[in-house]
Amino acid sequence: MRRQRSVDVLVVGGGPAGLAAAARLAASGAGTVEVLEREARAGGVPHHCHHGGFGRWGVTGPQYAERLVEDALGAGAAVRTGVSATGWAGPLSLDTTGPHGLERITARALILATGARERPRTARLVPGSRPAGVFTTGELQQAVNIYRQEIGTRAVVVGAEPVSYAALSALRRAGVEVAALVTEEKRPQVGRCRAAAARLGVPSVPLVTGAVVAELMGRGRLSGVRLRRGDGRDGRECVLACDTVVFTGDFVPDHELARRGGVLLDAGTRGPAVDGSFRTASPGVFAVGSGVHAVVPARVAAGEGVRVARAVRGHLEGVGWPCGAVPVVVGAPLRWVAPNLLSPGAPGSRFVLRTAKALVCPVLVVSQDGRCLYRQRVLGKVLPNRGLYFSGSWVGKVDAGGGPVRVALG
Amino acid sequence: MSVTTKGPLPAEPYDVTVVGAGVVGSAIARELAGHHRLRVALVEASGDVGDGTSKANTAILHTGFDAVPGSLEARLVREGSRLLAAYAAESGIPVEPVGALLIAWDEEQLAALPGLLKKAERNGYDEARIIGADEVRAREPHLGEGALGALDVPGESIICPWTTTLAYATQAVREGVDLHLNCTVEKVGSSPPGGSECHELTTPRGVVRTRYLINAAGLHADALDRRVLGRGAFTVTPRRGQLIVFDKLARDLVSHILLPVPTALGKGVLVAPTVYGNVLLGPTAEELDDRRATGTTGEGLAGLRAKGRRILPALLDEEVTAVYAGLRAATEHDDYQIHGSPEERYITVGGIRSTGLTASMAIAEYVVGLLAEAAGPDLDLTVAGNLDPVSMPNLGEAFLRPYQRADLIATDSAYGSIVCHCERVTRGEIRDALISTVPPGSLDGLRRRTRARGGRCQGFYCGAAVRELFDGWGESGAAR
Ligand SMILES: Cc1cc2nc3c(=O)[nH]c(=O)nc-3n(C[C@H](O)[C@H](O)[C@H](O)COP(=O)(O)OP(=O)(O)OC[C@H]3O[C@@H](n4cnc5c(N)ncnc54)[C@H](O)[C@@H]3O)c2cc1C
Ligand SMILES: Cc1cc2nc3c(=O)[nH]c(=O)nc-3n(C[C@H](O)[C@H](O)[C@H](O)COP(=O)(O)OP(=O)(O)OC[C@H]3O[C@@H](n4cnc5c(N)ncnc54)[C@H](O)[C@@H]3O)c2cc1C
Repeated sequence: MRRQRSVDVLVVGGGPAGLAAAARLAASGAGTVEVLEREARAGGVPHHCHHGGFGRWGVTGPQYAERLVEDALGAGAAVRTGVSATGWAGPLSLDTTGPHGLERITARALILATGARERPRTARLVPGSRPAGVFTTGELQQAVNIYRQEIGTRAVVVGAEPVSYAALSALRRAGVEVAALVTEEKRPQVGRCRAAAARLGVPSVPLVTGAVVAELMGRGRLSGVRLRRGDGRDGRECVLACDTVVFTGDFVPDHELARRGGVLLDAGTRGPAVDGSFRTASPGVFAVGSGVHAVVPARVAAGEGVRVARAVRGHLEGVGWPCGAVPVVVGAPLRWVAPNLLSPGAPGSRFVLRTAKALVCPVLVVSQDGRCLYRQRVLGKVLPNRGLYFSGSWVGKVDAGGGPVRVALG
Repeated sequence: MSVTTKGPLPAEPYDVTVVGAGVVGSAIARELAGHHRLRVALVEASGDVGDGTSKANTAILHTGFDAVPGSLEARLVREGSRLLAAYAAESGIPVEPVGALLIAWDEEQLAALPGLLKKAERNGYDEARIIGADEVRAREPHLGEGALGALDVPGESIICPWTTTLAYATQAVREGVDLHLNCTVEKVGSSPPGGSECHELTTPRGVVRTRYLINAAGLHADALDRRVLGRGAFTVTPRRGQLIVFDKLARDLVSHILLPVPTALGKGVLVAPTVYGNVLLGPTAEELDDRRATGTTGEGLAGLRAKGRRILPALLDEEVTAVYAGLRAATEHDDYQIHGSPEERYITVGGIRSTGLTASMAIAEYVVGLLAEAAGPDLDLTVAGNLDPVSMPNLGEAFLRPYQRADLIATDSAYGSIVCHCERVTRGEIRDALISTVPPGSLDGLRRRTRARGGRCQGFYCGAAVRELFDGWGESGAAR
């Protein structure tokens, strides 16, 4: 038997995005606002990022998470931890499981803020044996920072983006020697200083570029990784001995709940498609944070939480839900763009893009049905896994009855 | 009842010892457990039961429609299928009777269907029928272009292979069988020296003495034969099968087991749902020399993806949850290799290639029959007592899981506390597994008992928390 309840706003996910939305909504008198968080503590990913650099003051992850929780509670939102949203019972009704039993909660507005995860070794189809000692950064950080578990003695980190360097520092904190960072790209995807600090630090960590992990070796425990450099056929191979490997980055939104509820997804981001007000194609359902486009810095996710509050209040006050939004799509080598729906009346927001390949001074062209709406030359280099922001000044020119808007390189 | 993982082994001889706690050896031990007066041991090299081929297969409960008519395998698969279906219902092993379609993609395959239908009938299976392209499409709307027809085999089911082995082993241990893990049989001699009283099995943990010996060592059955008999009737050539497990969100793409039509060019790959709500693609078939080569390869996975794209194009857009490989214990013979050697008080159960999960209970009955014949009045195997039924934790999506049960959560809130979010495994289930009759020896063993850490994130969210529970229960001594 499920207990049935109703609230005004139900937020799924107590990370930066969900907590910031709940705080703002509760403070502005949006009625009953409740956050469901399946972990024992709210705060989301920052909870296990013990390094600094979060929020405006650069505090540590846990401090940042605590502050967000206090803000939400202080504003009058309910934050229920240990409670998972497991499925849908109606367009705005969710089923939940928690230690106190099963519930069915119906809301007037639903905010999906379910975050993102890294693709594990299996999803990357890395061949080889299935030994212990294979991590993602998320698991590694929890093992080191929360549970203080033993990790191993010598590790290889796969990736060279910000999260990879976070994995590097977690490994060091756990006393693990890092044999190398390995990336398929030609250069690291972090600032020069950060990359140099790792490479030249004591002990120094070499960066192997243009290489992929071709095989995991060892039975029982990992004994090494086989690297392939250059392209497949004439590629040179070598084996790096290690008992630990961390697959970092390659984020994917945790979109299960959205998909199970029939919420339209964007083919590029693989998260719910949203317009500039974070409205999905399902009336009453909003989506924010890394669950929409993986992955954004915590501060950006929280910012989206703040911005969605206005649209949610509008919805509660009876502003109609737009129908027939125009999709925004990208052409290769661009991977995705967000927001990716244009609905009449939504604010002409800023757009963020990701590219699959490094670009130098690219020209962005926005067009609809062959008609150019906007052109912009971007100065400098654009790296994969880094956001490229561009203006939404062209949104007014979109034909609401036309085909998809295309963002491509000129 | 006892399970040992380390330390010395009992000095007193056993009446019967089974070597190998895969699905076959565990089923034999369970069958013997009904004979309560016998002292029975199950001896396993690994730290867990079902840690060999039995953990890595395609998890289908076959009808045996395509076996070689008249073979021992055909008979034992047919009988085993019925026995296991009934046992599963009684013990809570998840089974879903989804049925299979053998899809013909070209004229040659289409032409092969009537022959397969006949073969099914000769195997005593008469529910199969041939259906046309339209019916195929209606029943599997996501199928790729070009299916010309299919053989419909409604009796094929999917089953949980992990729970099956575990149920057998659990029941055997509860009925008094000693399970010795981490106990590789390295040498076999006899005692007293020169005499013929007992087999002496040398293991790293010491010696196991036993009057009768049953070899259910899977991939190593031929090696054990040579150790005991000094000869062997077969050689095992491992045939590797690599598989890809797709995300649960792909489950709605397919309703049946989609089997390939076997042709001269080989067996092809299948697409099948799993009882955990995922979709499998595989297996490959590669003849190898290395009996430990359970790794996957780049070419293997790429080949599977290419074939999968033809069968079910939309599947390839879904996330991959896991990849794995299993080794079939193939031999130069086209049938199971089950032989009794009465003189040596020894039975070989070898060459259980690609149907051993299905046939396990029938193999066990057959083997105990052979043992009775070989031993005569020396072992009293005439009447078996009743076994207390076991009730295994449900890992199947077609039945209620603890996180969905208000009644269970009301009695114990640990069943409302989800630890592994992708697979929705609760703290209560993990605790239960850690203190169960046959507790897991590793995180992988815990995964096979609960599904914890086996989902799409592979531990990103819950890995550290699950490990904490595993280590914690270990230390408290409750589990081991
Ligand atoms: C390993 C890693 C390291 C990072 N390091 C940094 C960094 O150093 N600096 C930085 O600025 N950013 C960093 N980021 C990015 C940043 O932490 C995230 O982008 C940010 O946390 C996103 O916030 P969010 O609220 O969208 O998602 P999350 O923080 O992921 O929160 C989502 C929450 O939703 C909960 N949830 C999901 N589904 C359900 C459900 N069905 N029911 C109930 N609850 C649910 C989850 O438990 C989780 O707590 C990192 C990200 C990762 C993965
Ligand atoms: C890819 C693939 C797909 C398959 N699909 C299906 C299917 O859909 N349906 C079906 O019914 N069957 C299927 N099978 C077949 C099925 O998995 C096997 O027939 C079955 O698991 C064999 O069980 P076993 O107990 O004989 O072997 P194993 O599970 O290998 O058990 C043998 C055990 O003996 C132990 N051992 C070996 N040597 C020693 C020693 N010297 N001392 C102590 N212990 C030892 C090993 O550690 C091992 O645990 C498939 C097999 C493969 C590989």
